[in-house]
Amino acid sequence: MAVEKRVLNCINCPMGCEITAEIKDGIIEKIAGNNCQRGEVYTREEITAPKRMLTSTVRIRDGVLPLLPVVSVRALPKEKVMECAAFLRQVIVKAPVRAGDVVAANILGLGVDIAASRDMDSRHAQKV
Amino acid sequence: MGEIYDIIIVGGGPAGLSAAYSAWENGAERILILERDREVGGILQQCIHNGFGLHHFKEELTGPGYARRCWKLIEDKKAVTVMVDTMVLEVREDKTVLAVNPKWGVMELRAKAVILTMGCRERTRGAIRIPGYRPAGIYTAGAAQRMVNMEGYLPGKKIVILGSGDIGLIMARRMSLEGCKVQAVLEICPYSNGLTRNMVQCLQDYDIPLYLSHTIVNIKGRGRVAGITAAKVDEKMQPIPGTEFDIDCDTLLLSVGLIPENELSRELGLELHPLTGGPVVDQHRETSISGIFAAGNVVHVHDLVDFVSDEAGIAGKFAALLAKDQLPELRDDIPIQAGDGVRTCVPQHIRRGARGETVRLFMRVRRPMRKVRLEIRDSETLLVSRMLPVAKPSEMIAVDLPAEKAEAVHGGLEVTVREEV
Amino acid sequence: MSRKVDVVVVGGGITGNAILFQLAKYDLRCVLLEKEPDIASGTTKSNSAIIHAGFDAKPGTMKARMNVRGNKLYHELKDELNLDIQWKGSLVAATTDEEMDSIRDLLERGKVNGVDGLEIWSGDRVRQDEQYLSPEIQGALWAPSAGICCPFGTAIAFAENAELNGAEIIRECEVQGFDVKDGRITAVRTDGETFETRYVVNAAGLRADEISRLAGDDSFTIHPRKGEYVLFDREASKKMTQGVIFPTPSKTSKGILVCTTLDGNVFVGPNAQDMDDKDDTAVTTEGMDQILSAAKKLLPEIPVRAAIAEFAGLRAIASTGDFVLGRSEKVAGLIQAAGIQSPGLTSAPAIGEYIADIIVEETGAAPRQNYHKGRPPRYIFRNMDSAQRAKVITKDERYGRIICRCETVTEGEIVDAIHRPCGARTVDGVKRRTRAGMGRCQGGFCGPRVTQILARELQIPITEVRKEARDSYMFYDKDWETTSGGKA
Repeated sequence: MAVEKRVLNCINCPMGCEITAEIKDGIIEKIAGNNCQRGEVYTREEITAPKRMLTSTVRIRDGVLPLLPVVSVRALPKEKVMECAAFLRQVIVKAPVRAGDVVAANILGLGVDIAASRDMDSRHAQKV
Repeated sequence: MGEIYDIIIVGGGPAGLSAAYSAWENGAERILILERDREVGGILQQCIHNGFGLHHFKEELTGPGYARRCWKLIEDKKAVTVMVDTMVLEVREDKTVLAVNPKWGVMELRAKAVILTMGCRERTRGAIRIPGYRPAGIYTAGAAQRMVNMEGYLPGKKIVILGSGDIGLIMARRMSLEGCKVQAVLEICPYSNGLTRNMVQCLQDYDIPLYLSHTIVNIKGRGRVAGITAAKVDEKMQPIPGTEFDIDCDTLLLSVGLIPENELSRELGLELHPLTGGPVVDQHRETSISGIFAAGNVVHVHDLVDFVSDEAGIAGKFAALLAKDQLPELRDDIPIQAGDGVRTCVPQHIRRGARGETVRLFMRVRRPMRKVRLEIRDSETLLVSRMLPVAKPSEMIAVDLPAEKAEAVHGGLEVTVREEV
Repeated sequence: MSRKVDVVVVGGGITGNAILFQLAKYDLRCVLLEKEPDIASGTTKSNSAIIHAGFDAKPGTMKARMNVRGNKLYHELKDELNLDIQWKGSLVAATTDEEMDSIRDLLERGKVNGVDGLEIWSGDRVRQDEQYLSPEIQGALWAPSAGICCPFGTAIAFAENAELNGAEIIRECEVQGFDVKDGRITAVRTDGETFETRYVVNAAGLRADEISRLAGDDSFTIHPRKGEYVLFDREASKKMTQGVIFPTPSKTSKGILVCTTLDGNVFVGPNAQDMDDKDDTAVTTEGMDQILSAAKKLLPEIPVRAAIAEFAGLRAIASTGDFVLGRSEKVAGLIQAAGIQSPGLTSAPAIGEYIADIIVEETGAAPRQNYHKGRPPRYIFRNMDSAQRAKVITKDERYGRIICRCETVTEGEIVDAIHRPCGARTVDGVKRRTRAGMGRCQGGFCGPRVTQILARELQIPITEVRKEARDSYMFYDKDWETTSGGKA
């Protein structure tokens, strides 16, 4: 089978190295253009099983704001990100919440939790 | 209220919070932060995406996460007081600050030093003169971001974004994740101003077309946006007749630049730099009025909040020293010139004291370059020479002038960049 | 559903409201119908905001007579209605010998029209007051009685006083037809109620010919003539002008001015382009280029980078060449107040007087008992000193929360603007009454907050808040796919 060349940009750091991978018979034979090891790791993952972090919001009842920002504790399969975002649109939590609290455990059975990015007090709380 | 604060900080975003911490670390005892929103954190509270803190906290954080870290550092410090829901109306040369809030009404507050950390604002449609109607559905990207991420409403359903800077790219992804259709991102320059990683994870991931060297020549729809007309531009960024095409949309998000929020600075009579739009500052981030410091986006618009915290840390430290009357005696003033290839450089001058200090310069280049030779020289010698693989106008570069070199400077300094073949 | 009223005024611009203001002084039941969500949504909100001295209009015309009388009335009404007016005086600049002759002609014309205080100034005298104007200016016609105002604010002032005195203003109500019996109007049909009435005042602006035709009078047509403007930020405006600077006028228009506004922002414009579309208020690149280049004649250095906004307005040009004022000759009970192009804003109070006099004479209506002069006080935070501010915040803490940073507008003022007579119901309505959103950031910071305050005070969901026009919804619910939320 012919050698397939894939060109991609690493997203790990602001340098955004342009990396070329050569793939033959489904196996990555060569990776070039990266300035560090993380670039190679990223390239392998991006070609075989791309992953992305997800940040979004969920609704929160009684919070000082109507929305709570959330973040996936690890990267999710890239092709599942939109579905996860749609799922989170239906999630409602209740204040108070602490940063790191899990708002959706094992989202869509993917083995990744979604956690609160910040504290959010109840708007009924007494201010000291 | 009759007391005199050591330091009053105008603005409780990452710059203000970091300045407060650094001021406390350096012995200031009465620090007051005045914040106009209902909580501190500034613009970070609406930047729910990650990518913050890799340098400053050695951890990848979301915007609210970074704000929380900054807040946690000063939360329990008795020396620091925060007043939210408070707008500063005026800062005076004698370091009196006029502010207002619903609870205390109008307040005249006094301080030994003031740090300006008001951040920046977005450029508007009016400023770039887009023709067409003025229907509902046109928002600056930041205003839309606030509505989507903090208040829970969408600006629209079918979106076109003008401007490929990071805010525009981030909003392209955000709107897609919220179930909207992002039709296109248009960028007037021949290159994108955003980070490559954002091009990948915000545009490529969502199959959103990016049209470089394009602009908007018409907005349709009278009550609500009903579409836009895009056109290619030439080297002078003027629309090329005959290249127009329509894009169906009900929303236009503008990501066309940021400007330091400099109204207070202007009214105070600070010397402002024509290119940064912010006050001229020395290496301590002291402005042209003694005792008034400035840091963060209000001085020059940053890309990384980590640099904002660094800069604010400097301002906080020296404001604290000034409040304690411990600011070193200054012996001379070295201007710093942004030379060939460099658009802006902060600080704009160094006021040398008795002790030598390393000075960190923050600069932006004029155009994208590869294999870049960055040099800092004085009237006689080459002092610093660095090689950078890549330099872009949208990515601020930090370079240190070591203390012993700073000590040895004759005349003025010039920073230059050029492409090495 | 129908009810009986004495007078229906069709059209809520400056003309309609000035007429309503005048009618409200009498014991008449009056209703004003405005098709948009707010009054003054048409030409009244997009013009040069100048109270003209009156030398420009041709002697003997209604324009000339109403202009001069209107100017005088504004001088009297300023305090009574707490109107925002600055009597700046105006200059018509001449750059050639021919133009110098023209302005001398204007001076003579002004005298015939009854304008006081007109003088010819030398170029040097002009540049003494206005140092940034062109060195090519040989001289100018100085008119001390000219002023600048807030046209929207003026319409609102008329509306507020009228409502206080029993007049009713119904917004978002579009006239669809008239009942005419034996050559006389008997009712007005709308997309809402029907009003039985014997008098209809046609102040419908760009659509006055259509309203007139609906009633049975097709004696004139209205065609739109667009005028575009570019507005500059206050700092840059300081190096432009402090006054009202006209070029020597042409046959069709007063020309492209350089002119300040009440809050110190200078504008350049308007051009004059005849249109077909009565809704086309789009700003064009050609128009902006034309304005900026023509203005160089008066002001060589125009700080283009300091432009903060562009807008356009449509003049209602009557086929008769003058204002169409007075009783319709075809339909009894129809009183025309149409074709009110420049000097329309200036003429408004005089037109109000003129039209009201016709109706009062015919009906024999008595002056209203317990007539309220003026309108509710306004607490404008940015104009107050510290003591006044402290006082108003103690009364209402919302005056201590600044919503619009650029223009220093407080929540108290915004809430007041919503609940006053003829209060704001849209984001632009708040903007025009308070200036929130008119500054450097053009609503980028305060826009979402104003929207929330409107939703809260009007007790409607945020998704029902509009910017200005009927369908100008601003925001949508997040689950719009699964629910019907937000209006498409």
